[in-house]
Amino acid sequence: MTSTLEAALTARSDLIAPVLAPLVGALLSFLLRRWAMPIGLISIIGLVLAVLMLIPEALATGPRWLAVGGWEAPLGIVLHADGLSLAMLFMTAAVGLAISLYAAVYFHDQPSRAWSFWPLWLLLLTGLTALFLAADIFNLYVTLELLGRAAAALTALAGGADALVGAMRYLLVSLLGSLAYLLGVALLYHAYGTVDLGLLADRIAGLPATWAALGLMSAGLLLKTALFPLHFWLPPAHSNAPAPVSAALSALVVKGSFYLWLRLWLELFGGLGLGVETFLGLLGAGAVIWGSLQALRQTRLKLLVAYSTVAQIGYLFLAFPLALGGATTAWTGAIYLAVSHALAKAAMFLAAGNLLRFGGHDRIADLDRVVQRLPLSIAAFALAGVSIMGLPPSGGFIGKWLLLEAALSQGRWGWALVILLGGVLAATYVFKVLGYAFTQSETPHRARPVPAVMEWAALSLAASAILLGLIVAPPLALLAIGEPFAMATGAVGP
Amino acid sequence: MQTRMPGSRSTLGRRLLPVLLAGLCGGLALTILSLSPPGPSSGLADEVTAALAQTGVTSPVTAVLLDFRGYDTLLEMAVLLLALGGVWSLVAHLPRIDGRPGIMLDRLTRLYLPLMLVVAGYLLWAGGTAPGGAFQSGAVLGAAGVVLTLGGWRLPPRLAGWPLRLVLTAGLVIFIAVGLLPIGFGSLWLDYPRAWAGGLILLIETTASLSIGATLAALFLGGQPRGDP
Amino acid sequence: MTPATLYALTGVGLFAIGLYAFIRHAHLLRKILAFNVMGSGVFLVLIGLARRTPTGLTDPVPQAMVITGIVVAVAATALALSLMLRVVATIGRTELPDDPARRAE
Repeated sequence: MTSTLEAALTARSDLIAPVLAPLVGALLSFLLRRWAMPIGLISIIGLVLAVLMLIPEALATGPRWLAVGGWEAPLGIVLHADGLSLAMLFMTAAVGLAISLYAAVYFHDQPSRAWSFWPLWLLLLTGLTALFLAADIFNLYVTLELLGRAAAALTALAGGADALVGAMRYLLVSLLGSLAYLLGVALLYHAYGTVDLGLLADRIAGLPATWAALGLMSAGLLLKTALFPLHFWLPPAHSNAPAPVSAALSALVVKGSFYLWLRLWLELFGGLGLGVETFLGLLGAGAVIWGSLQALRQTRLKLLVAYSTVAQIGYLFLAFPLALGGATTAWTGAIYLAVSHALAKAAMFLAAGNLLRFGGHDRIADLDRVVQRLPLSIAAFALAGVSIMGLPPSGGFIGKWLLLEAALSQGRWGWALVILLGGVLAATYVFKVLGYAFTQSETPHRARPVPAVMEWAALSLAASAILLGLIVAPPLALLAIGEPFAMATGAVGP
Repeated sequence: MQTRMPGSRSTLGRRLLPVLLAGLCGGLALTILSLSPPGPSSGLADEVTAALAQTGVTSPVTAVLLDFRGYDTLLEMAVLLLALGGVWSLVAHLPRIDGRPGIMLDRLTRLYLPLMLVVAGYLLWAGGTAPGGAFQSGAVLGAAGVVLTLGGWRLPPRLAGWPLRLVLTAGLVIFIAVGLLPIGFGSLWLDYPRAWAGGLILLIETTASLSIGATLAALFLGGQPRGDP
Repeated sequence: MTPATLYALTGVGLFAIGLYAFIRHAHLLRKILAFNVMGSGVFLVLIGLARRTPTGLTDPVPQAMVITGIVVAVAATALALSLMLRVVATIGRTELPDDPARRAE
């Protein structure tokens, strides 16, 4: 342990750059609001560059630590970047760039809303990057709060009754989840005397405080990740937000709390041998089936896409029982799915936003020959649908294939069946939308033009999801940095 | 346990909820009792005391807040600013408040306000050696702002635009600048040079308390003051 | 039973009472107040157990954590109250409707 701490003390501070770029941008865009949009775009480009500079070095030399302020744990806060964090950072940067370009055009004719949007959006990105780099459970609480408040405020930006009600429910749920998490942090600190993840992983044992913290933190984080049956708040919030915000919520924000739960599991709770994995897997299976069925029933496009998010989150939790036998391909598959889903779902929501702006509504049955009139957006939706369904070539296919491989190699046919069934159900609702895109609606609607940037943003995200299925080796190499999925078998018992 | 809004009139749910929560409470209480004798570790008091001399302040809580765990404090100030940004995005303009304060409020405001400013200044200065510091003095400043607002005072429109926003963001800006300073000297992010640590902490705390006070008063106001953007 | 344990148990009780009120009441202001009670409960647990060091010195790290937590809770409450005022002004009632997702069909 001391050698890594020495590495932390002598490391350079570039690990903080992905946090500072959006934070400074948020402050400047709050201060100089006339230039909020250019400042926002420059900040997101800064974030992309910061992440791109971290990756090659990590591939060459391995995981990185930074002891903030020169203080080692347990006294200070340590930042940590391994393959899992870097993959999440890359996802945030890529999706964030596309959403920012989209939003720059989307809010162009509403300057007062743009003034509110950019500081909130950049602070949301700050919360995300700080969360992915943190290795201290109290620091993670503060980043979780930053993320949740920004997401709720952005959801309310659309202003109508549905959006405000959805945002209020989201805010209340988010507050409840955070408090449960904080109580777990309090119990863990008082049991083990530290809030550093690395030290906690060394010290964790089977005390009552550990069980209590596990229960509280899991309840809070699973509520925030909208795992079935705690998903009730997600569809109204995600579907009623403005289009770039919906994309950010489904693609990035839910991955934040999922990442946190995964980290806690891998470092602290997973090695304790509790049998919770099967329970999580069952909830995940329920999410896949229930979410897909509900998506099929929807008449509004954005609600369909939101329920699809509920289903896709279920896949991520199938990795918990599949990784029981030590098969790390299950975890790799889940993260690959998470990143592909971020790209594909953001593309879907941006495309849905284009359709909404075009026709003034998002009723699926009334998509008036948009294939001819908005070909780029429908192409984006179709390509994103390929990844969501898990068809080759796409990132979604690679992720599902890894999960299936983990299931079949252990002879767990039940989970494999759920994965395949989920793919079929996803195909039904994607094709439902695409089918209506070809038909002519009965009442013609006055069409508003959609700027090209918005269409290209959606299409490039969808194309990236497909690309992730073709370029597979570098992402897998990235995920392997630091072996994040090799769970330490912690000491069980006092 | 569903956190569904109580439109569900099922009496089974209503009867079950107190039972479940009593069980939760009991479980947590047993956990607390199991933690009562100082366990394998007694917290970080000893480590803090040992490292206190290097921080330039003698109050252990201030040292933790602004030196050992300064990064937490920085992010938390961002959360506070975020809340203000959210509130301003929700309310288009300042709601009308009925103008004339009563004579008691008027007189007491004139009496108390200078005292509050002095107390805030004292708390800020005392934070280095005793309980006090940026947040405490910021809270008193915020309360002073609330009292002023209740008395009918409003920020002049000339100052309500970017000067106000400058004060609101100054705390974070100074904190980040001080944090970046050591990088120029070949050290780490937020690693204050030992010789200047006390002075830098005081600088951060001063601007932070002004920002926090302004943010809290603006949150109470609940809307964006009319001003030139 | 030491004072430290007593404070922490009170904190747990506040957390449970706040959680009950949060779920049970539909009025938005009551939910926000219940959230604040829960928050105070968590802070009490953090602070209360900080006094049980063998040397008698109080652990300063939980105190700093609670200061951070209080500021975060204030920020959250302010945002929630502002959003609540907007919601009430828009829908005319002080409670959230049951499930808009079903209603939109």
